[in-house]
Amino acid sequence: MRYLICVLALCGAAPADTPTAIALRDARVVTVSGPTLERGTVLVRDGVVEAAGENVTIPADAWVIDARGLTVYPGLIDALSVLESPEAAVASAGGARTVTQRPATPAAPAPTNRGPEDRPLNHSWTRAADLLNAADRRFEDARNAGFTTVVVYPGAGIFAGQGAVVNLAGEKRRMVVASPAGQYLTVATSRSFGVFPGSLMGVMAYIRQVYLDAAHYQLQRAAWDRNQPGVARPDYDRALEGVLESPRVLLPAGSAVELKRMAAFARELQTKAILYGAEAGYQVPEALAQTGLPVLVSLKWPEKPRDADPDAPVSLRTLELRERAPSTPAAFASARVPFAFYTGGTAPRDVAKAVKRALDAGLSEAAAVRALTLGAAAIYGLEARLGSIDKGKIANLVVTDGPLFGEKTRIRYVFVDGVKFEPPPPEAPSAGPGAVTGGAR
Amino acid sequence: MKPLYLLAAALPLVAAPPIVIQNANVITVTKGNFRGAVLVRDGKIAALGEKVMVPPGAQVIDAGGQYVMPGIIDPHSHIAADSINEGALAVSSMTGIEDVLNSDSIAIYRALAGGVTTAAILHGSANPIGGKCDVIKMRWGKDVAGIRFAGAPPTIKFALGENVKRSGALSLPGLTPRYPGSRMGVEDVFRESFTAARAYRREWEVYRERLKRGEPAVPPRRDLKLEPLVEVLEGKRLVHAHCYRADEILMMLRVAEEYGFRIRVLIHVLEGYKVAKEIAAHGAGATTFSDWWAYKVEAFDAIPYNAAIMAKKGVLVSLNSDDAELMRHLNTEAAKVMKYGGLGETEALAMITINAARQLGIDQRVGSLEPGKDADLVMFDRHPLSNYAKVQKVLIDGQLYFDRDNDASARAAREKRRQELLEKQKAQQKKSPGERKGPAERRPQ
Repeated sequence: MRYLICVLALCGAAPADTPTAIALRDARVVTVSGPTLERGTVLVRDGVVEAAGENVTIPADAWVIDARGLTVYPGLIDALSVLESPEAAVASAGGARTVTQRPATPAAPAPTNRGPEDRPLNHSWTRAADLLNAADRRFEDARNAGFTTVVVYPGAGIFAGQGAVVNLAGEKRRMVVASPAGQYLTVATSRSFGVFPGSLMGVMAYIRQVYLDAAHYQLQRAAWDRNQPGVARPDYDRALEGVLESPRVLLPAGSAVELKRMAAFARELQTKAILYGAEAGYQVPEALAQTGLPVLVSLKWPEKPRDADPDAPVSLRTLELRERAPSTPAAFASARVPFAFYTGGTAPRDVAKAVKRALDAGLSEAAAVRALTLGAAAIYGLEARLGSIDKGKIANLVVTDGPLFGEKTRIRYVFVDGVKFEPPPPEAPSAGPGAVTGGAR
Repeated sequence: MKPLYLLAAALPLVAAPPIVIQNANVITVTKGNFRGAVLVRDGKIAALGEKVMVPPGAQVIDAGGQYVMPGIIDPHSHIAADSINEGALAVSSMTGIEDVLNSDSIAIYRALAGGVTTAAILHGSANPIGGKCDVIKMRWGKDVAGIRFAGAPPTIKFALGENVKRSGALSLPGLTPRYPGSRMGVEDVFRESFTAARAYRREWEVYRERLKRGEPAVPPRRDLKLEPLVEVLEGKRLVHAHCYRADEILMMLRVAEEYGFRIRVLIHVLEGYKVAKEIAAHGAGATTFSDWWAYKVEAFDAIPYNAAIMAKKGVLVSLNSDDAELMRHLNTEAAKVMKYGGLGETEALAMITINAARQLGIDQRVGSLEPGKDADLVMFDRHPLSNYAKVQKVLIDGQLYFDRDNDASARAAREKRRQELLEKQKAQQKKSPGERKGPAERRPQ
């Protein structure tokens, strides 16, 4: 039996020296889904939470970690991150040209750009799950800061592609928890007068036409499939296939005008949607609550640009936005806007500081934890798998020696799929393999 | 659900007391001038005349002999939008200003300070067939839905001449220059597009006929580029055509007539005085500048008498700004057509009010002071055609949106708050000097 367990462990992503079960004993357990246990035990086996409670019997084969004085949280989820992959970079450089059939010989004249039907800046069919690089150093940085899960997206184009919910450890095929997670849309323009779309209004019209085309493509395909007379076989269109297989769409919206604009746009597209950005969300929480749309709030709060001209006058409007943007999460919480956080370019180790600003602006600590865990999981329909400490859930945990967003709090352990990692102390330069004990790869 | 919604919408208007502006020099534009009062109730002009009954509970504003006129209407501007041109295509009729309106644009407030209450926000002139346009009221503080002029007929922008054809000169390495590169190519774009629009309309007719016969049918693909052009063919969407030279003005009118529609407004139309009779015969309006020209070759053969000559030949003429700054003194632009062409005061003011409203198809609602019309009023301290006139108050739908005294008195508090925030944020940045930068930081865009 013992031999069999060893073989199973080897087959999975876990290193061979990882025990099959780990018990975190006598910890403060913030379950998020239910009440916090002041003195509880979390038992992890085979990558999932086997038990969590105040009276958990610890089996004989479990490694026991005495967690007195420590707090166990569900692993943090970065609800939106953009992959930097060579494939995406190539796709972005190709732009509209990659979707036409003409050979890209340097001597040939570039094809004319006829508009939406050429599907410019469209990579809707690409999947982050296929593009992601398990060795990306940013994953390790994020994990050391308590993130166990990131929703990653291809980053190039207007229809950038399908996201994936990935756990931050193990082999690539084990990392992917869910795919496709959603279609990442940006309002990137060609930034050129000669290439469509060169403006925001062009981008909006283009997205609208693609969604209409996708609906028509489906109709036509269905009619052809049932041999309806007079129906031509539709041309295969990977851009539309990508849109049709998206479970939801992510729309960018920072200002109050953009938030309302994109909320209305989502309704028009008749698709499940998530808004992201939301720096001015505090101005329109009630209007957003009425739409029922979830919002991903960037933890990169607006601030004075590093290279700003010190003599340039700053408008009251800009100053108010910098002052009040961190009150967006609190406003969302009280208006019951479903929201989660994404790092948005804030370095993982500065996330606690960024969340602290939201707490100072009125967000409760419990709401902040929820937004970074169960809230994010629910937005992606994964609340049964991720985001809380419950029996049967993926064993993604963060173990700290104090409140999660405390200035002096240190993260002691991070569990990803039940595998234990010990982040290096914050002062030390980024960890080499020797610094990690339990989960050395 | 619906009655409740309507009730909720009507509540603020019901709650607002009637307003009486007394002791004013009233310029109605359509019904003469008089010294008297205007009664505003439920957002509309309820009564006006030398003597008006003051209802109980009314708010009374003593104008002290100042001038009250209808809110100025700018039939061509580009403010309050996050993008203006989709110039990559010769035909960008799938785009629309409605998608990119920005109700937070400070240009709205500045327009109010110049007495403008309504403006058409147009797509730019980069291509022969531009995007759909929108009409807004300067309801500063309201959101995008709140500033849109509900019920204004839909419009679209066309453009001719240099802006459109010089696209060939903008070619970048590796990019095929955009068609058209000549004035005859511009004409071809219109013919090709409306021929395609006819075929598209036919495609839908065939589909509907099949449905009627009970035959199975898949609806045609909806084409957002051709849909607005079908609306133009059916007279449901008004065309604003940017133009300069007499020859291309005639071309535009003839192409439209050939396809069975009318050009609603010719924009700029600096050589309109040469073909005023033909413009009048077509039934097009013209919106022009008082004395702005020579900024490109096709704008050389212009004269300041253009507006007056076209008006005398029977063309419905208005003046427009095309510019956020010029927009703030359209009243003095109107004064210039009195000097050049000898038009009267009322004719001059009509060019920035009722004539513009007629061109936009909103003259039942705005453009003059008449009972039943929207209470969009501007109060000037002097006659609005004077160089020295300053806007004192602006009402839209009977609500005060600009008050010069309030603006002046609020400035100190705003500046104080600004200084406080500046100091606070400076201190915050000092506390956390030079945040460490992570490797390969990237922000989704």
